[in-house]
Amino acid sequence: MDKVTNIRIAGLGGMGVLKASLILSELLFEEGYDVKKAEVHGMSQRGGSISSDVRFGKKVVSPMIGSGKIDFLLSLEPEWSDVHKNSLARGGVVISPADFDVSKLKSAKSINVAALGVLSRHLDIPEGRWLETIAKFFPEKLREANAEAFMLGRNS
Amino acid sequence: MPKFEKKLLSGNEAVALAAFHSGCALGVGYPGTPSTEILENFSLLGGNAEWAPNEKVAAEVALGAAFADAASLATMKHVGFNVAQDLFFTASYSGVQGAFVAVVADDPGMASSQNEQDTRSLAYAGGLPVLEPSDSQEAYDFTRLAFRLSRRWGIPFILRTTTRIAHSNTPVEYDLDSLEPLHSAKYQKDISTHVMVPGHAKPSHLRLRRKLAEILKWNESDESPNMVVEGKSSELGIIASGVAFQHAMEAAPDAGFFKVALSHPLPVNKISEFSKRYKRCVVIEEGDPYMTTLLLAAGANVEPRDEVWRFGEFNSDRAKAQIDGATDYSEPAVKSKPPQLCKGCPHVYSFKPLVDLNCIVSGDIGCYTLAAMKPVSGMDLQICMGASIGMGLGLRKVLPESEARRVVSVIGDSTFMHSGLTGLLEMVYNPPPTGHVVVVLDNSTTAMTGQQEHPGTGRKLDHSPAPHTVSIADVAKAIGVQNVEFFNPVRDAEKITEYLREKLATNELTLIILKQPCLLAAANLAKMKA
Repeated sequence: MDKVTNIRIAGLGGMGVLKASLILSELLFEEGYDVKKAEVHGMSQRGGSISSDVRFGKKVVSPMIGSGKIDFLLSLEPEWSDVHKNSLARGGVVISPADFDVSKLKSAKSINVAALGVLSRHLDIPEGRWLETIAKFFPEKLREANAEAFMLGRNS
Repeated sequence: MPKFEKKLLSGNEAVALAAFHSGCALGVGYPGTPSTEILENFSLLGGNAEWAPNEKVAAEVALGAAFADAASLATMKHVGFNVAQDLFFTASYSGVQGAFVAVVADDPGMASSQNEQDTRSLAYAGGLPVLEPSDSQEAYDFTRLAFRLSRRWGIPFILRTTTRIAHSNTPVEYDLDSLEPLHSAKYQKDISTHVMVPGHAKPSHLRLRRKLAEILKWNESDESPNMVVEGKSSELGIIASGVAFQHAMEAAPDAGFFKVALSHPLPVNKISEFSKRYKRCVVIEEGDPYMTTLLLAAGANVEPRDEVWRFGEFNSDRAKAQIDGATDYSEPAVKSKPPQLCKGCPHVYSFKPLVDLNCIVSGDIGCYTLAAMKPVSGMDLQICMGASIGMGLGLRKVLPESEARRVVSVIGDSTFMHSGLTGLLEMVYNPPPTGHVVVVLDNSTTAMTGQQEHPGTGRKLDHSPAPHTVSIADVAKAIGVQNVEFFNPVRDAEKITEYLREKLATNELTLIILKQPCLLAAANLAKMKA
């Protein structure tokens, strides 16, 4: 637990980058980790490139991931977000929509949550805790679709 | 018994919670990235929060409340602080009876701003004390502290945040048993401190400097919130404030640290003593070399800062490069997709007639500023809130007639409320010989910052109905603009082009309102109603 784990979620404005990082950081916080999440709002919400850093461990200092330190890159729009591969740590993992069958998603808006599903295979947190936390961030009518999206990624 | 609660909060959420816990009676501001969510969260917590037409009015309202012994909060982005500066530079003289905290959010690196000015330099000039949190916990703690210190010394306090404080989420722990009640307001007449005529302002200036000297003494003492961590060796000492402290800690965990919390008035003696315990000391700060300059002047053992560190946002790589003495640092260029107007956005339609008529467009601040870029390419000038009208008039007054007739000022509805009115007064008072045309892009919201309300939307900060809806058309007519006309930018393209062509050929004053709601705001409002 001493080592800080660095996760970057990247994509375009409107794809749910910020929502995914909010779900992830809240879950890690509730699991007892020190967590820091950094992002930039504003102009980025107009469909431009956007990324959010989530860092967790026993003690996190800077909220931003240093270059060459990304352990997990969730690249939601590879054409634009694969550029962050340059900053992967040795052995760093890239997660992208190619990791699951996007056509099985009820809505393309759930790509962010499906990517969290893929990420969940790498983190030692019970499946139920993921699903509980995801449910908290969506209104009733979207919960089932997002739970399914998460499981699609997790079982891919 | 303390009753602790712990949450993961953004800096803005932490400030809002702290203001609520400090018994803040009123929060007033104008939306501006990255400060906007403070008042929205303060309102959600149950606080009394308002959007003012602009930052100067917000600060005026907050100061009035603090004159009446209440605790008040004003929020704004760094450039909004400029708008309010006329008030702040004298509110430091007058002081307050209650508590007045202004949160000013800087945007180093300009993620969503037109400049990267440093609030500390302005606060120094205005004689206003500054606290700088380095994470959400401190955003909470220092906001609470700012309210206490403002009341203790009777002076407005500035809380300077930056993008990575405002919009980063980090854990915050607070004691629910430490909450302060609302202070009941009371008025006490005292023209010697509340009426700043020269005869009162002269002793008030002396009083301000005495207060700052007392605050400095406190800041040099062990009571201050500054923090010293001695290093593993005496090789390297680092002086840092704000989020730059976190980046420096990441870059050089074994160094000695003087973490500055209250950066104006800066505890130069204490930092000098610290600096002399180390072979070399580096000051890591985002923005101006504010601390560096003061420390060098005081003879502290700190290295001068290379100009390269003035530009952009810090991170741990930059902090390391500065510590290592680099002078030619540049971030690797990252391919990124620029922001753009939403698909179907009314602004895209609004600029077409202006482009077709080859207009010189004096523009303003908002989503529509994106229209300056490809593919719309419909804007020529943009400097600050409200400047479109004045700059357009200036162009018209000096350009040869054929060129002057091409000039149009374009401004959004929220920006018009913020600072377009005075430009309109100038237009009717000193009209250019060729007249002028102002186009208001009315999407009935403050779209850029996330669809906030303003005096023209008919709704208050919490989206409940406002007692009155200001009509831009009625205001323009009352001020004396000759022609005021409405069009729908999406449906009336040809009519708009025709009307524009006609009015640009006259010497009359014309205001055209292109009204069509922002797509995002309309969707959000529908959601709220449901």
